[in-house]
Amino acid sequence: MGDLRTYGQIAWLWIRAAWQYPTSFVLLAVGNGLITGLDFVGLWIMFSHLRDLAGFTLHEVALLYGSASLALAVADTAIGSVERIGTYIRTGRLDQMMTKPVPLLVQVCADQFTLRRLGRLTQAAVVFGWACTYVDWTPLRVLVAVSMLVSGALLFFGLFVGFSCIQFWTTDATEFANAFTYGGATVTQYPLSIFPREVMVGLTFVIPVAFVNWYPCLYLLGRSDPFGSPDALQFASPVAGILTMVAALLVWRTGVRHYTSTGS
Amino acid sequence: MSRPNDGPLIDVRDLERTFDVRRRVEGRRRRVREQVVAVHDLTFSVDAGEMVGYIGPNGAGKSTTIKMLTGILVPSGGEVRVGGLDPSRQRVDLARRIGVVFGQRSTLWWDLPLRDSFELLQKMYRIPPARYRENLDRFVDLLDLGAQLDTPVRQLSLGQRMRGDITAALLHDPEVIYLDEPTIGLDVVSKGRLREFLRALNAERGTTLLLTTHDLQDIEALCDRVIVIDHGTSVYDGSLAGLHAQGGSRRTLVVDLVDEAPPIDVPGAEVRTVEGPRQWLSFPSDASAAPIVAAVAAAYDVADLSIQEPDIEDVIRDLYSRGA
Repeated sequence: MGDLRTYGQIAWLWIRAAWQYPTSFVLLAVGNGLITGLDFVGLWIMFSHLRDLAGFTLHEVALLYGSASLALAVADTAIGSVERIGTYIRTGRLDQMMTKPVPLLVQVCADQFTLRRLGRLTQAAVVFGWACTYVDWTPLRVLVAVSMLVSGALLFFGLFVGFSCIQFWTTDATEFANAFTYGGATVTQYPLSIFPREVMVGLTFVIPVAFVNWYPCLYLLGRSDPFGSPDALQFASPVAGILTMVAALLVWRTGVRHYTSTGS
Repeated sequence: MSRPNDGPLIDVRDLERTFDVRRRVEGRRRRVREQVVAVHDLTFSVDAGEMVGYIGPNGAGKSTTIKMLTGILVPSGGEVRVGGLDPSRQRVDLARRIGVVFGQRSTLWWDLPLRDSFELLQKMYRIPPARYRENLDRFVDLLDLGAQLDTPVRQLSLGQRMRGDITAALLHDPEVIYLDEPTIGLDVVSKGRLREFLRALNAERGTTLLLTTHDLQDIEALCDRVIVIDHGTSVYDGSLAGLHAQGGSRRTLVVDLVDEAPPIDVPGAEVRTVEGPRQWLSFPSDASAAPIVAAVAAAYDVADLSIQEPDIEDVIRDLYSRGA
């Protein structure tokens, strides 16, 4: 808990520092919102030519898109800096952080905290909110929706942290890591039924991003899986989120102990 | 500061650290994996309140040792204890009790004003507000940083930044402070002020100090004890005077003659180098320079004279060429 407070204090300091230049802060946030906004406009235009995408209507796709974006934006805002550990290692910043009495992961995640992604967050929330008006809500569906967002964010936390750890062994692997983190996020913005079965299996058991939105959204929409996987998976997101997180923390610990610092 | 264990504050026993290095070898497609020994069979201990100079040539293993003492690197073998803690396993707990200054790399946040950096450290170390304010006022006053508190770190001069870094390392009243090349790049006045400050800190608060440096004067001004490390292991541990005696180090008399001349011949000194009218004469450190200077001045037309103290690298090189 104390570490979370420290995280908040570090983050707050960075927000305050960014606010020294309010115009640039606002422009960045708005620009970020516009870029991600255009993303969804693309989907919208596509649907003006199609009635459905692999059997999914626009508002169903919007639910998938909105929930995945929301989870990604939350994860990215909270711990996006973790991808920079390669830079921290090269510049010796990581050594500095290791001499401070705050767990390394907390410091790395909070360092240079930015609300730049506020734009993406807002856009995702708007799309998700709109899509939600088409859902036939029951108490259990509300519960599944909430747990979907939390587990989705946890899953992306795990993926970001886990793949960033590659940089402990070989610095400069950011692009490789991005293929899995941002790549995984992009994939989840579409109904997974547009992919072949093998991709689907990979997104369930290898890089489990299917749990970010696909399975729980199927439940919210009252549909069964076009691939015929068991309905139980629709409730398994929290398990997938926690497992990914635990795996990522183990990889992180191994990475830190393996860390060899730089010369001088 | 009382600690539950009465042993030495820093205890290093048979410490080892190796690195795996991949090297390209002619005629082989894959790089060859090689083990490089950075620290080997290193044993020493430091008591609370000591000021110790930790010196050695580049690549001797100084930084690697400091990184193991702070828990940044995990030792490959042997044991380290600082204040009874195992640094790499109890790194976060240990961090509360130590301060680290890497001379060439700032711990401060580049884009933030000094004041914000300090405040952030207060949060990280959970320093009680009253104590924090007292320490900050004191260090800012002693190190003369008042005018720079609201300047972003990237706009500070090297000397100001270094003073900022030292303040940052001391705000939480550490028991030990590790200083890695703290005076590198500083002018003479700043160096002097910094040394005076560190001496006062040790005298008033009993802060233990471990200092790595290339500047012999840092050691002379601050340290009662010197540990020399070379090729990853300790080759000397004792007083600075003892080091000079053991190394048989030599001072240099630089003579600028009015005209070019053959090598100067005076008793007690020998010519090392001749470059036009300038000659370098070497003589033992424990001998007085006065008779040599007098002899040179009596026999030659001298334009200028100066004496160079032996630098630490020479002392160590001498020590090493004789020892090994």
